[in-house]
Amino acid sequence: MSDTVSITLNINGANHSVSVEPRRTLADTIRDDCGQTGTHLGCEHGICGSCTVIIDGEPMRSCLMFAVQADGRKIRTIEGLAKGDQLHPLQRAFIDNHGLQCGFCTPGFLMLATATLEKNPNIGDEELMDVLSSNLCRCTGYQNIVKAVKQARAEMRGAAK
Amino acid sequence: MKPAAFVYHAPKTLDAALALLAEVAPQDGRVLAGGQSLVPTMAFRLARPGHLVDINGVAGLDRLAVDGDVLSVGATVRHATFEKADPKFGTLGALLADVVHNIAHYPIRTRGTMCGSLAHSDPSSEWCLTAVTLGAEMVAKSVKGERRIKAADYFQDIMTTALVEGELLAEVRLPLLKAGTKHGFYEFSRRAGDFALGAALVTYRIEAGKIVDAHVGVGGIEGTPRRIAEAEAALNGQAPGAAAFAAAGKAVSAVVDPLEDAQTPASYRRDLAATVVIRALERAAA
Amino acid sequence: MSADHLAGAKTYPTPPTTEERNILGKRAVRLEDPPLVTGRGRYAGDINFPRQMHMRIVRSSIANGTIKSIDVSEALKLPGVVAVWTNDDIKELGPVDFRADRGAEILKPYRQPVLAKGRARYVGDPIAAVFAEDPYIAEDAADLVIVEMDELPVVVNCWDNPGEFEPGRSTEGALLKHSFGDIEAAFKKAHTIVELDLFTGRHSGVPMETRGAIGYYDATKDILELHGAAKVPHRNRETLVKMLGRAPKGLHVHESHVGGGFGIRGELYPEDVLVLVAAMRFNRPVKWIEDRREHLMCANQGREQRHKCRIAADKDGRILGLEDEIFHDQGAYVRTHGANVANRTLCMMTGGYDIPAYRGVAHYRLTNKTPCATYRAPGRYESTFVRERLVDALAHKMGIDPVEIRRRNLIRKDQMPYLIEFEEQGVEELLYDSGDYELLLDKGLKAFRWDERKKECAARRAKGESVGIGMVFFVEESGRGPSDGAKMSVDSNGDVELITGGASLGQGFETSMAQIAAEALGVDYQRITVVHGQTDRIAQGIGAHAARATVLTGSAVNQTALKLRAKALEFGSELLQLPIGDLDIVDGVIVKKGAPAGGPSLSLADLNKKLAPGAKILNGRDPHLAVEAWFNTDHTVFPYGMHFAQVRVDKATGQTVCENFLIAYDIGRAVNPMLVDGQLVGGCVQGLGGALYEEFAYSESGEPLAVTFADYLMPTAHEAPRIDVVITEDAPSPMNPLGIKGAGEGGINGVGGAIASAIDDALGRAGAVTQLPVTPQRMKALLAHG
Repeated sequence: MSDTVSITLNINGANHSVSVEPRRTLADTIRDDCGQTGTHLGCEHGICGSCTVIIDGEPMRSCLMFAVQADGRKIRTIEGLAKGDQLHPLQRAFIDNHGLQCGFCTPGFLMLATATLEKNPNIGDEELMDVLSSNLCRCTGYQNIVKAVKQARAEMRGAAK
Repeated sequence: MKPAAFVYHAPKTLDAALALLAEVAPQDGRVLAGGQSLVPTMAFRLARPGHLVDINGVAGLDRLAVDGDVLSVGATVRHATFEKADPKFGTLGALLADVVHNIAHYPIRTRGTMCGSLAHSDPSSEWCLTAVTLGAEMVAKSVKGERRIKAADYFQDIMTTALVEGELLAEVRLPLLKAGTKHGFYEFSRRAGDFALGAALVTYRIEAGKIVDAHVGVGGIEGTPRRIAEAEAALNGQAPGAAAFAAAGKAVSAVVDPLEDAQTPASYRRDLAATVVIRALERAAA
Repeated sequence: MSADHLAGAKTYPTPPTTEERNILGKRAVRLEDPPLVTGRGRYAGDINFPRQMHMRIVRSSIANGTIKSIDVSEALKLPGVVAVWTNDDIKELGPVDFRADRGAEILKPYRQPVLAKGRARYVGDPIAAVFAEDPYIAEDAADLVIVEMDELPVVVNCWDNPGEFEPGRSTEGALLKHSFGDIEAAFKKAHTIVELDLFTGRHSGVPMETRGAIGYYDATKDILELHGAAKVPHRNRETLVKMLGRAPKGLHVHESHVGGGFGIRGELYPEDVLVLVAAMRFNRPVKWIEDRREHLMCANQGREQRHKCRIAADKDGRILGLEDEIFHDQGAYVRTHGANVANRTLCMMTGGYDIPAYRGVAHYRLTNKTPCATYRAPGRYESTFVRERLVDALAHKMGIDPVEIRRRNLIRKDQMPYLIEFEEQGVEELLYDSGDYELLLDKGLKAFRWDERKKECAARRAKGESVGIGMVFFVEESGRGPSDGAKMSVDSNGDVELITGGASLGQGFETSMAQIAAEALGVDYQRITVVHGQTDRIAQGIGAHAARATVLTGSAVNQTALKLRAKALEFGSELLQLPIGDLDIVDGVIVKKGAPAGGPSLSLADLNKKLAPGAKILNGRDPHLAVEAWFNTDHTVFPYGMHFAQVRVDKATGQTVCENFLIAYDIGRAVNPMLVDGQLVGGCVQGLGGALYEEFAYSESGEPLAVTFADYLMPTAHEAPRIDVVITEDAPSPMNPLGIKGAGEGGINGVGGAIASAIDDALGRAGAVTQLPVTPQRMKALLAHG
């Protein structure tokens, strides 16, 4: 093993001080070193989007960053989406609209949609479709994911007013 | 699919970065910017750099500003910066916003950089096509100083550029577009966000009802993107419209030397080259 | 054909409709969802044991070759590496076995060794296994293993003359045949004959979670555990017990959350065996998580077949006979299904049509590519494509409308149940249990607005667009027997535990089973905990494959819940001093039917407490509200459906865009229409992948060309069309008490065929599409040679 570096990852507001090899991806570090396994690895080459997390407000692929690069940055993962028992509107919308089946891609989609709607709850259908094309789902055929995100969009628009 | 080990460097200043590069480049040291192309390659272990010089923390490289008649884009400016056309950049801002939506997907664009794409130089890269078509200038820096390289000389072959060992593509300088410049971009890929099988970027102006100063660039067709002089000649002096656009498309098909792969014969890309050029021209005219 | 065929079979009366039911048949939200939307799922990658090691497989980089030497010395020197195994280290292990299957014996020599034995047969074939403290180190070490090989000639297609698998053994593993009627006579007297040469491309399920296996040896109990299992935990346990020579009590298989299955995940693979053997030998847990590149070159693939087929009809377009010579690409080895996919292709070829004569032969061929097995609607995606291509071509040649020709040939309602008996010995007959095919045709046409769309497309074509519509009719099969059981019990809180031998792959199994149980017992479905995929909780289980789970396990759950209900009412009657017939169970409380609130009542929780061991009331009967029951059947049920597609072809780029899709599907009785809808739409988009985007292509030297997600193109939200679903319940199955038929495969079955049909229409060229997927490159070639 090559030399390790001590870093602190701020995940959902909690600091995790870990020592990692520079080559260790952010995704592996979040999962295995910080124990937050809700972030999933579906391809490890940046295409499926299952590992999407929010870093300083923007959705990013955590498989395409090294953990050392996220030192000191604010990371949000699926584990931080609900406030206690209170589900986020997107989480509720996914349940209501059967927007998930196996659930493996779901955290990635939820983080992608959260970042998108938080930045712009007025996002148009076409642009929303473009954004949601960023991630792969193999179960749902997407129809219900799109429906769910639109339902949450309406709710979040209301809340933003 | 875990990357092989490397030594990690995170310089804070450009001088430090260049000094590090000079030192580690001979030991397969590479620059890490957005990492959206490099890291997947490392995950497949097709790249095993001995050192990575992470420039994300280098002060000043995120500079994005208009210098006279040029837009200067620093090495850590992300793709996503161009999502919304910045009025300060004039028509160029609108062009860049048009193009950027075709680059992979949003979560890639929040991290990937324009200079990174230019350094990586994938044949179907949208930014490489943009740089060539607009006649951008690359600013390469190293401990030996600065070199300015014209886009036409910069792209040399598939994923091969004029950058030499120890050089950092610190900045790209895109010429602002003259008032009234029309632009159109069209790319064809199998799915939304995929690498383009073919793409075209065109710009021109209209004087007295005729096309002048036509720029026609195609990407994804050959090993590097390039401007097609024959197509530009077919357009200049003509009224914009189906006849001129078809002539330009035909000219492109006639001269390109397309890439081939197991699934895509050269004839497919030759045909596609005309289609993407015509569609880009139609968008410019719309 | 008549109802005589049902003689001897147990049949059930027509079940109540959804309106007459409480929770069964309703769009209930899923019990599975809360942990999954909050990041609390537990997939294979999330399972960790203290002291675990990580396994990494060294794989063949060439498609066919003999192994001259394997040098592991450098790998072993790497700090953190515990061991590197080759076949020499597991000599005692036989090849990965397959489940009993007709013709199994002759296929045995083609099974896959756990680690290559002197010979590798596809790129990705496991050659060595590295065990290390960390997955990064394991991968480093795997890179240091030096394998020297001599290349052998490769076989990359299944239709050229067969080659040699090993000296004296052909790459044609079997020649399979299904036939009935006088096929020669049919073609001799035919008015019109159409011949086609068709190809279905190689693609697969590719779930979002890659495979994973964690072996754990519990020395205190001498139990070896496999975690990360899916689909068929009980059957895999049986196979593993045999392979490892352990007593059944000493080996258990555990399913946790599963990130999609689609038929390919959960089959037994070499890596599953390796983690178990290593966990025992090192007395340390061993974890293996497949990476995506491995998945795309090692997990089961499917669908690759060539069909030289023809169809004969009389002057009215009545089909007289169908003949097909199939070349089935099995890849490098026979995996757990034996020849199942080729057999399913053969037996389902005639679909929903009343065809008097049929002959299908399948050349089951081994090639130097990734091994194949079942992928969602195995053999049916392929056979529907072939049959419906033939029917379209026939309609075109005879100048008959494609709707009309289908109408003339569909099996009529009065022919149900409809028996298809094959002449070949040992080939299972098909007994279509129920159906009103023409009614579904009419409902589908209406919902899709077929006639209007036809005009709309013609109008758009007149303006220069290439748009068209197409359809297919298909019959699915689900719920094959023989039997499944379930256990059910009530706890002191009134909560219900339901233990099944089913498996959950994300299809909503827990919710479906809870709804079935809740309906029969009379409790809130949200108070039912459904256990699945745990071999230590129930001795037998069929898992989740071939759309069996809902039908077979669902019927078992129904029987079990009814038994529990009967027991509760029996004691309730005694305690409330009311006749059983006057009682009902509502929301977990035994009440007097029709009595106002506050009437005599007894909750199941209270009743359960009164039934403690030793209680007087038991009077010799078993304590507690706990029962076990079984459902047995000899018969498969046959749902059926239609797919309608509208496509637009961009002739300049060759791109085909699916604009609209409609699935009409008769489910018998739906357990939860929301879940059925989800299954159908999800399957449809997968099918669209195989029709237009996804293909495991190989170079001439057998190198796989799609080993990344940039090359294996699964549809994104952008590519998914609008999909409408019409679920009908016109033909409940008489073969089970709930009347249900499976839903898992009806969304994907006909997509290839429907897209092909619509493209033909868009181009105005019947029979234009002969190969899937219809990539832009193939479309351009097709247009160039038009």
